[in-house]
Order: sequence, then structure tokens, then C-alpha cells
Amino acid sequence: MSSAHFRYVLRLGDNALVLGQRLSEWCGHSPFLEEDIAMANTALDHIGRARMLLSHASAIEGKGRDEDALAYLRDEREFGNFLICELPNGDYAFTLVRQYLLDVYHQLLFEALRASADEELAAIAAKAVKEAAYHARRSGDWVLRFGDGTDESQARAQAALDALWSYTGELFTPDAVDDAMQAAGIAPDLAQLGARWRQIVEAHLVAATLNVPPDDWQADGGREGLHTEHMGRLLAEMQFVQRAYPGLDW
Amino acid sequence: MSTPVALDADAVRALLEDVRDPEIPILTIDDLGVLRDVAVDDDGSVTVVITPTYSGCPAMQTIADDIRAALAEAHCTQVRIETRLAPAWTTDWLSAAAREKLLEVGIAPPLEATSDKRVLGGHPRGVACPRCRSGDTELVSEFGSTACKALYRCRSCLEPFDYFKCL
Ligand SMILES: [Zn+2]
Repeated sequence: MSSAHFRYVLRLGDNALVLGQRLSEWCGHSPFLEEDIAMANTALDHIGRARMLLSHASAIEGKGRDEDALAYLRDEREFGNFLICELPNGDYAFTLVRQYLLDVYHQLLFEALRASADEELAAIAAKAVKEAAYHARRSGDWVLRFGDGTDESQARAQAALDALWSYTGELFTPDAVDDAMQAAGIAPDLAQLGARWRQIVEAHLVAATLNVPPDDWQADGGREGLHTEHMGRLLAEMQFVQRAYPGLDW
Repeated sequence: MSTPVALDADAVRALLEDVRDPEIPILTIDDLGVLRDVAVDDDGSVTVVITPTYSGCPAMQTIADDIRAALAEAHCTQVRIETRLAPAWTTDWLSAAAREKLLEVGIAPPLEATSDKRVLGGHPRGVACPRCRSGDTELVSEFGSTACKALYRCRSCLEPFDYFKCL
């Protein structure tokens, strides 16, 4: 139970950390200044969320691995983030369609986690849910602008959605850790969450004149540490300084 | 070396009156609602409880350092700084004085009654221009110069301005 608990909170932290790392890659490269600032701020929110979750995971584990050790000194196979978080940013449509799909997921997840039997997790969720709602508003606006925009922006948004759809099944397919956490009153029912997510996302995609892709093959494995080829490179960049200069502090 | 002086909670609060938000230095941490609690143990050690405004607020470390520095000046060095997440910070905790100070420096304060969840779902309406007080304003970007602000533009006086986001 306590190892499942650690793993559950760690995975939430990994999602925030890896997505935050991806978002931070836009810093200095976004299409215009306001977006650059927005992207950097959103990245910061995710990294802040990761810090709270990884600190909490560290306390549950109780082995003296702090948030930094968990972020910078674990290997790829030990990361439990969803595959969708680690996919390269692609174009702006890809980044923001992914962000929208995950923002709505996080908004619903944190709304539910406010009632978690894990009080610290409930407190983190109460904080994160407000930011997730704010993020979802912005990414949702972009999905509308891309989808209902020019032929070019529509085509790119649709291509992004088609590529990303197969990575959303993982969010709502409970594994042994999710089941144990739901039984303990720590995590919500993923089937319910998934149904609600689908309702919101599909209505928004229709409003954005985008086609909801068919439900065929779904990628899986991120939670067990089986990552895509992109994960190693992401970690190499994120962890380089601590790996090259162990214990470096400034 | 001077001997540590035993302070009571009010004295500690008084010492913290000049600890400011490094990103909006006209506001103290008390104005902001970041300072949640002050306690003094029998042995004279001080616990200061703070809460982050945003999860990713980069100012928290600086604020913690500034609290230690302010207390150290009064030879108070047995200090523990605790971060408390619950209840989550909200812009409702900004004091009336803080709202006035924001207006003075050209930042539109957050709209009141943020317990109304509809504000999160749609764009806030009625953000008044801090310069000419016109209500005819538009959102330029959800994110402004710091994590806690959005960028607006006034259609009356044509000036851009920061809006302290409702959260
Ligand atoms: Zn004006």
C-alpha cells in the first residue's frame, strides 16, 4: 500500500515535471512575446506543481531522496509519467492541443483529488486546480483559434489531434496502482473522470470544427517506465548538470 | 555576540512588516496574504508560516530568505519557516490596503468575489483601467510580467496595464 502510494504521487509529479520541461523548451522561441511569457509561466506552474508532488512523494518514501534527487538522479525506467507528456513539442498547434487535452485532464483530476484521503495531496490539488483551470482556458482558446482559423491552422491542429489521440487512453486506464489508490480513497474513479473528460473535450473539438479521431490503437507503458525514444534525450538535457557535477548547488 | 532576545508573536510580526514581495515590492507579505501565521515557542524559537501564491511562484525562496534576514537583524536566529498549502491562497486574501496600493502603481487589482467559479470559466469582465478608470478594456494576454498578472489594454486611454489575476 505505501509503495503504491509513493508510486502514485511520484507519477503525478513526473507528469508535471516532464510536461513542464517540454513547455520550458519554448522559452525564447514562441511566435510572439506575449506567448513566450505565457509559455514560460505555464512551464513554471508545472515545475512548481512537480516540486510539491515530488516533495510529498519523498516524504511518503521516507528514504531521504528529496525532490531534487527524484527529479535529477533517477533513470528513465524509474519515471512514471504518461507518454503524452514526453512527446517532442512539434509545432505550436501540437504543443497547445496536447496542453489542452492535459489541462482538462488535470483540472478534473485535481478537482477530484481535493477530496483525497491523503490530506497533503488534497492540499496540493486545491492549489493546482485553480491553475489548471486557468491553463485550460488559455489552451482551449488556442484550440478554437487553430481549429476555426485558416486552412493551414486547421490542418495542423487536426494533424496534432490525430497524432495525440492514441496517447490519451493511458490517462484513463487504471492499473494496479490506480486501483489500490482508489480503494484507499486516495485517488478518484478513472472511468468517471474519463467520461467527463470526453464530454468536455469532444464538445470543445466540435466547436473548434475539429474531428474527434477514432478510438483505435492506444499507446501505453509510461507508468511502468516503458518510455518512447524521446524520453532519454529529454532527461539527458534536464539532468545534465547534476549528472556531470554531482551535488552542485548554487 | 549579543544574547538572543525573546520576542513575542506580535513583536515578530512587527519585524516582518517590511518584508515585501520581490516581484511587487509595494506589497508586504502580510498585504498579500502570504504570511499566514507566527508562533513563538517557550524556548524562544520562532515559526513563520507562509503560503505560496502560485505553485510555481519563484519568489518564495527570496521571501523565506528575507524573513530570516529581517529576524536576524533583531538577533532572532532560531527561525523555522514552514510552507502551508491548505487552505490554498486566493486573491481574496489581498487586503483592502493592498488593492489601493496596486491601483496607485498602475496594476488593476483582482475583481472581488472570486469564490464565483464562473470567473474561472470565462474571461473576467469589468476590469477597470487603473489610469483612467474606464471599463472599456481588453485582454491582451492571459500572462503578464509575472505569474500572477495578466496583460490588458485600455480602449479609452490606449495604455496597456497589468491586471492582478483572480485566483
Ligand atoms: Zn485607460
